[in-house]
Amino acid sequence: TLNNAAFQSFECDGPTATEITVSKEEMMKFYRDMFAIRRMEIASDTMYKQRQIRGFCHLYDGQEAVAVGMEAATTLEDHYVTAYRDHAHQYVRGDSIKRIMAELTGRFAGCSKGKGGSMHMYKKDANFYGGNGIVGAQIPIGAGLALAIKYKKTPDACAFGLYGDGASNQGQFFEALNMAALWKLPFIALCENNNFAMGTSTARHAAMDEFYKRGNACAVPGLRVDGMDVLAVRAATAWAKEYVTSGKGPLVMEMMTYRYHGHSMSDPGITYRSRDDVNEVRKTRDPIELHKQRLLEYGVAGKDEIKALEKEVRAEVQEAMDFALGSEEPPMSELYTDIYDEAGYAACGNKIRAVELSSSPSVTK
Amino acid sequence: TQKITVREALNSALDEEIANDDSVFVMGEEVAQYNGAYKITKGLWTKYGEERVMDTPITEMGFAGMAVGAALAGLRPVCEFMTFNFSMQAIDHVINSAAKGKYMSGGQLSAPIVFRGPNGAAAAVGAQHSQCFGAWYSHCPGVFTLAPYSAADARGLLKAAIRSNNPVVFLEDELLYGKEFDVSEEVLDKDYTLEIGKAHVEQEGTDVTLVAYSRWVGVALEAAEEMKAKGINCEVLNLRSLRPLDKDAIIKSVKKTNRLVTVEGGWPQSGIGAEVIATVMETEAFDYLDAPAERICGADIPTPYAANLEPEAFPQVKNVVNAITRVCA
Repeated sequence: TLNNAAFQSFECDGPTATEITVSKEEMMKFYRDMFAIRRMEIASDTMYKQRQIRGFCHLYDGQEAVAVGMEAATTLEDHYVTAYRDHAHQYVRGDSIKRIMAELTGRFAGCSKGKGGSMHMYKKDANFYGGNGIVGAQIPIGAGLALAIKYKKTPDACAFGLYGDGASNQGQFFEALNMAALWKLPFIALCENNNFAMGTSTARHAAMDEFYKRGNACAVPGLRVDGMDVLAVRAATAWAKEYVTSGKGPLVMEMMTYRYHGHSMSDPGITYRSRDDVNEVRKTRDPIELHKQRLLEYGVAGKDEIKALEKEVRAEVQEAMDFALGSEEPPMSELYTDIYDEAGYAACGNKIRAVELSSSPSVTK
Repeated sequence: TQKITVREALNSALDEEIANDDSVFVMGEEVAQYNGAYKITKGLWTKYGEERVMDTPITEMGFAGMAVGAALAGLRPVCEFMTFNFSMQAIDHVINSAAKGKYMSGGQLSAPIVFRGPNGAAAAVGAQHSQCFGAWYSHCPGVFTLAPYSAADARGLLKAAIRSNNPVVFLEDELLYGKEFDVSEEVLDKDYTLEIGKAHVEQEGTDVTLVAYSRWVGVALEAAEEMKAKGINCEVLNLRSLRPLDKDAIIKSVKKTNRLVTVEGGWPQSGIGAEVIATVMETEAFDYLDAPAERICGADIPTPYAANLEPEAFPQVKNVVNAITRVCA
């Protein structure tokens, strides 16, 4: 049973059911995946502080129910693209914690061969297009994925462009949504509202902070969802996918969620909010705790079973950390590869300029 | 041979490539029902319908980003900017989304997309509508930048760009659209393409190399004609491609003529002429120079409107003649 404020619809007859049917296996998988993401992000925090992860690193803990619930209602035929807070999305699209941590630590075994880093993870074979570091840029890209789906007449598939409450203010959100609506694209603009655009709260950055209503300017309906409840996210996403693939055009979804960490690792996350605020969410709305209570309440699993699963996940994350730290950095030749295709390199005379002209290597691909 | 305009060359190239490959489509402002602001897409909407030729709202950042998304998902969009001046609103998607995707993903992504439209100064349209983006885009790895001069260039390079798996910025020149060129049967073949990254010697010469691209090739050719009467024999190199830059062609020509003048419509600082001259400085071609190279380029000012001021903002034949005279002195 969901709480009765799980869904709020805008200009559409969104889901209303509060009774959800879900198998025991799914319930356990949701718990495992959310817990794995939580442990992966906490491990990343540790590794960052030990300077094993460099640069920008945006953690997803607190928001786990969104990625996991969404994935449960979609298939790999559905395309999606997100912003720089992308570790969890790479994971739910089927990549391993090992490869994610290897990417974070800049190793050749990473999902982008160590050339992308935290913000640039992709899984093309699962139709996951990243990992975009420019706030809002992924929204038109997501709408473009939907354009391709419609163009290729792929039945029953849709595209998601995920963005935060901050990116909701970007002009390109409105530009892309307008075209998606004009052309009735199977596009879901999915806002993960974690309350903060970097360090600026929704109250301070949005003149109208009901982000699911932001499609109003282009006659696009919206759906606000309790993004801390994986079952609500799953049900809402299933409804949304059905809606956009039926030819009605795009939809704006807003997942009400929260991030525990600061915006990035350089942000302690307590200058613009208090520790009490964060602790209050942990105590009352934590997606993993909520799900655990359900597992116990409905007798899906006992405490021991959950403990055993958690132990297994912790070991998996530890193994991934060890794997990442023990694996090779990319070879120097990788500096110059993956810029063009073979014909492109040939057009460059198979030469790419190095820092010193005299050290410029010959590159074939 | 027969005569066709650059406009006809571009239009026929688009037509043939849309027919050739189901994944090729055109999107941009006024490309469909209006027949194109400059009529480059004339007739294509009627022939292929709105699924292949899509009018967009006036939202460059949005539709350029969507075109990139479609390319990432396997289509081959031709994204028209009504003029490249407006591409500044979308430059993030050209560079950050299209050009860098393959590298950042460790080779997983590719964006076979062409961004095309008129570039550079037109006439009497003022500062915001008159500038060359050759230096801007060709600065960036991951995206090729092409700049055709003749009708054959336009056909061969556009078809090559559409067939390329790499993102391409394709800089046309509004003032060349109506210009007629002789083209051979070969150029009219539906599979005629030019190799990306190769410059073309428009005119062989022995005394000085003129390096130019786009409309400025024509200015260089006129200057060369004028110099012929004065006994100076110019070699005119049409770059065709700003990235990859055909350094071998530049070096070869400078080694032959020992003198160099560059001609472009862009601003001087960090411009194409600067890059061409740096290429000479960095290679053995330097040893062959008998005089310092000179740049003829756009004046370092926003483009003025007044009819008497505007011509002085861009290279004219007389400027090129002056430069040749100085380097050959």
